[in-house]
Amino acid sequence: MIAIVDYGVGNLYSLHRSFEAIGAEVKITADEKEIKAADRILLPGVGAFGDAANKLYASGLSELITEEAKEGKPLLGICLGMQMLLEKSLEYGEHRGLGLIEGEVRPISEVIPKGLKIPHIGWNALQFQGEKSPLFKYVEEGECVYFVHSYHGANCGKNVIATAEYGVPLTAAVGKDNVFGCQFHPEKSGKVGLNILRAFVEL
Amino acid sequence: MITKRIIPCLDVKDGRVVKGINFKGLADVSSPVELAKFYSDCGADELVFYDITASAEGRTLFTDILRETARKVFIPLTVGGGINSVSDFDRVLKCGADKVSVNSGAIRNPSLIDEAAKLYGDQCVVLSADVKRVDGVFRVFAKGGRENTGMEAISWIKECVERGAGEIVVNSIDTDGVKGGFDLEMLDAVCKAVSVPVIASGGAGNIEHFITLFNALPGVDAGLAASIFHFGEVKIENLKKAMKSAGIPARL
Repeated sequence: MIAIVDYGVGNLYSLHRSFEAIGAEVKITADEKEIKAADRILLPGVGAFGDAANKLYASGLSELITEEAKEGKPLLGICLGMQMLLEKSLEYGEHRGLGLIEGEVRPISEVIPKGLKIPHIGWNALQFQGEKSPLFKYVEEGECVYFVHSYHGANCGKNVIATAEYGVPLTAAVGKDNVFGCQFHPEKSGKVGLNILRAFVEL
Repeated sequence: MITKRIIPCLDVKDGRVVKGINFKGLADVSSPVELAKFYSDCGADELVFYDITASAEGRTLFTDILRETARKVFIPLTVGGGINSVSDFDRVLKCGADKVSVNSGAIRNPSLIDEAAKLYGDQCVVLSADVKRVDGVFRVFAKGGRENTGMEAISWIKECVERGAGEIVVNSIDTDGVKGGFDLEMLDAVCKAVSVPVIASGGAGNIEHFITLFNALPGVDAGLAASIFHFGEVKIENLKKAMKSAGIPARL
């Protein structure tokens, strides 16, 4: 069973349905026992980092998620959920992340050329970095996924497993051992997105 | 490189797609769910569901079909029509919409944009503006293009972006339905005024019109149309291929 962590941010309907569409058993939950019993954890997130991180810390689930990930349970963060895997965020102040993957969240305005629109919104092609990640088992390089974001994962080093070109290469996905994060929305990326979720379910 | 988006728009009344639709291979051509799935499979980058229902029963049917669509179609969904309050945002977002477009509701109460953007983020709030030239000036029309508000369109659009609209759909009443091409002059004026994504609507009659649009105005991010897709005059696969061979970034 996949546990989608419900800590009070965002709309989890499409995410829930997309796992169902690939035949995976999935549950939206904030229950510690259920998250512990799940064989995979999905960390969603939309909105501002500080607000979401505070909600996650207040829920008391952040320690559990960190422990489970450190013990080897596959964990996937999506969008803001990916950003929360990193060490810190500089979105409206400085906020602590889960620190499961090195890197920090910074505004894309610092790196993209002037004249490009913010947020980076729409379909963009994945460029794989390093050895092809198991998350992309069913995806070809150059296939497009759907992005909506104004902040990005910076200084993630060799944990960047894919980038997307927006004047400069932006972090599209990160991965380290059993912990993965997608800046884009697989649940809104058509067949390509479902194939990424399928690969996660098979990890 | 971010691709230029192609967006079919479905008008839904009492849970059914209106305007005659003529597709082979679709069991139920006026089922919004089936049509949405068909477009998604053809390569549509996003879908707009426009609720033109007037009754409360129709509104319930609309949210039912929205939920059913979001269960089967995994591309971004924008919902418009009858959005007058934050609770309308809440209602459609819970059913699987990703973005919500406001038009007359924002004209009546512009702070709806501020409130919704604060709650759901700028990326969630789309301003849809029906614009028509009146004595050489771009004016905003309300109530489905029937009523001249007297407001100058470019300053209205700028105000909405300042309030938090994250995307603009510009529907030119002057070119709508004519099938003579998009309103490049109007779209250019909007692109020069705002830095958020601009979606062109009104006037597409063939593939060449989309190519001209994206070549002439690099600031336009997406093209939206309804009947030319519904009647099969423009097939999305062919449009995408033509864009790609014209050097316009497109998702195939």
